[in-house]
Amino acid sequence: MENNKKPKKELTVDQKIKRRNFISFGVFAVMGGAAYEGWQWLYKAPKEAVGITAGARQPLRKALNKTELFFRNFFSNNHLVKTYPKEMAAKNVRHNSDIGVQGKFVVDDWKLQVKKHTGEIINITIDQIKALPKTEIVFDFKCVEGWDQIQYWGGVKLIDFIEHFGLVEETKLGYVGLMTPDEKYYVGLDMPSAVHPQTILAYEMNGKPVPVNHGAPLRLIIPVKYGIKNLKRIGSITFSDTRLPDYWAENGYDYYSGL
Amino acid sequence: MKVIKEKHSLLMRWTHWVNFPIIAIMIWSGMLIYWASDTYSITLFGHTYFKFFPEEFYKALHIPKRLAEGMAFHFLFMWFFAINGLLYVLYTLISGSWRELVPQRKSFKEAWLVLLHDLHIRKMAPPQNKYNAAQRIAYTAIIIMGFGSLITGLAIYKPVQFNTITWLCGGYHAARIEHFVLTIGYVLFFVIHVVQVVLAGWNNFRSVISGFEVVNEQPKPAIQPAPKEDGE
Repeated sequence: MENNKKPKKELTVDQKIKRRNFISFGVFAVMGGAAYEGWQWLYKAPKEAVGITAGARQPLRKALNKTELFFRNFFSNNHLVKTYPKEMAAKNVRHNSDIGVQGKFVVDDWKLQVKKHTGEIINITIDQIKALPKTEIVFDFKCVEGWDQIQYWGGVKLIDFIEHFGLVEETKLGYVGLMTPDEKYYVGLDMPSAVHPQTILAYEMNGKPVPVNHGAPLRLIIPVKYGIKNLKRIGSITFSDTRLPDYWAENGYDYYSGL
Repeated sequence: MKVIKEKHSLLMRWTHWVNFPIIAIMIWSGMLIYWASDTYSITLFGHTYFKFFPEEFYKALHIPKRLAEGMAFHFLFMWFFAINGLLYVLYTLISGSWRELVPQRKSFKEAWLVLLHDLHIRKMAPPQNKYNAAQRIAYTAIIIMGFGSLITGLAIYKPVQFNTITWLCGGYHAARIEHFVLTIGYVLFFVIHVVQVVLAGWNNFRSVISGFEVVNEQPKPAIQPAPKEDGE
């Protein structure tokens, strides 16, 4: 066969410049366009289906859940929140929200309801809880909004409470749920965070009984989570192998919200 | 004679431009988060000179009441920011191009001369290779700042699990301020960077997309002059 090809002439400098510019700027424009389209897709992505979590864009919720799995690898009972001397604790403890602790409530009539996995319900009084070994903690309370405050709380370690009331079997499940008596505020916690040695059921603030607006008579203090998980006025505790309802996770926030 | 002179590697160009939208999204989503507790201001002797940020600013950018949204975006794009940054740093270290980037001992003195030159106070700029002394300092600083954002970010994000990092940052409260200040730093960097790029002109700008600059070189004489016998 005949070879019709002419010997390739080497490109001139100007041709080389033109060619490289064409390729580079072409790729640049295409990638820029793709980035813009990608952003539009993400920004306009539909909200997730309403379930245990809600209110976030579908792909972003997926990312939050995946990120949770990654950072769960770093969770350890040996990783403790930094503690401070009592003198450093705030005298005016910041009060941020009243959801779940509004309306009529008689502290003296209060009882804690614990639902076991067998279906059995146990009712526990505040005196039974106060009879258990007391744990105090002075730590930097962190709100999801971005503020933090050194606070002094006293109560019973949740793990001590669990062991005392025969709930060890329940800790084999993945999640704990807490709810206010009016069921208007509720949090779901992964088990490792719930049984962390610094998680306490608090009945004292600054050495005195917890005031009503801070969740009398018993509230959750969980330093490995943002404030949104530190439920006030605990009405009931439940256990489950799947995520339990969480007020702020239904409003677009990360379910894990771990620190 | 026109000559193509290679300037920026493909990876440098790629990470540079990928970084741009990522940083934009990180700053934007960061503002959505910051709004929820917007406590910072420039206050001296009881007088507040500037509040971060004025109400009109928030309103104009639709910032208010989007904390959850801000966090969701921030905690996705943090991955891209970290990976992209790490890629650039690793490449720069392995390829050896850090030698062109990291400030030399003379850079700190020379950077003043560059500044004076850029401000049209001094006629001559010091001789340079890829980056001048001021660029070496600025571009190395921005990489360190990026690393700082990663560290202070982790310190705020997981202050219990990574309590050593939080401690290194001077605690949770300090880490949040540092994270914020670094972001203000990016914005200032960006403003100066864009002005400098505009002033430097097309050839320079193109090099960050195409990778090369066009320079005029004197053609080498075909016949080398014979060396002198007697020497000098």
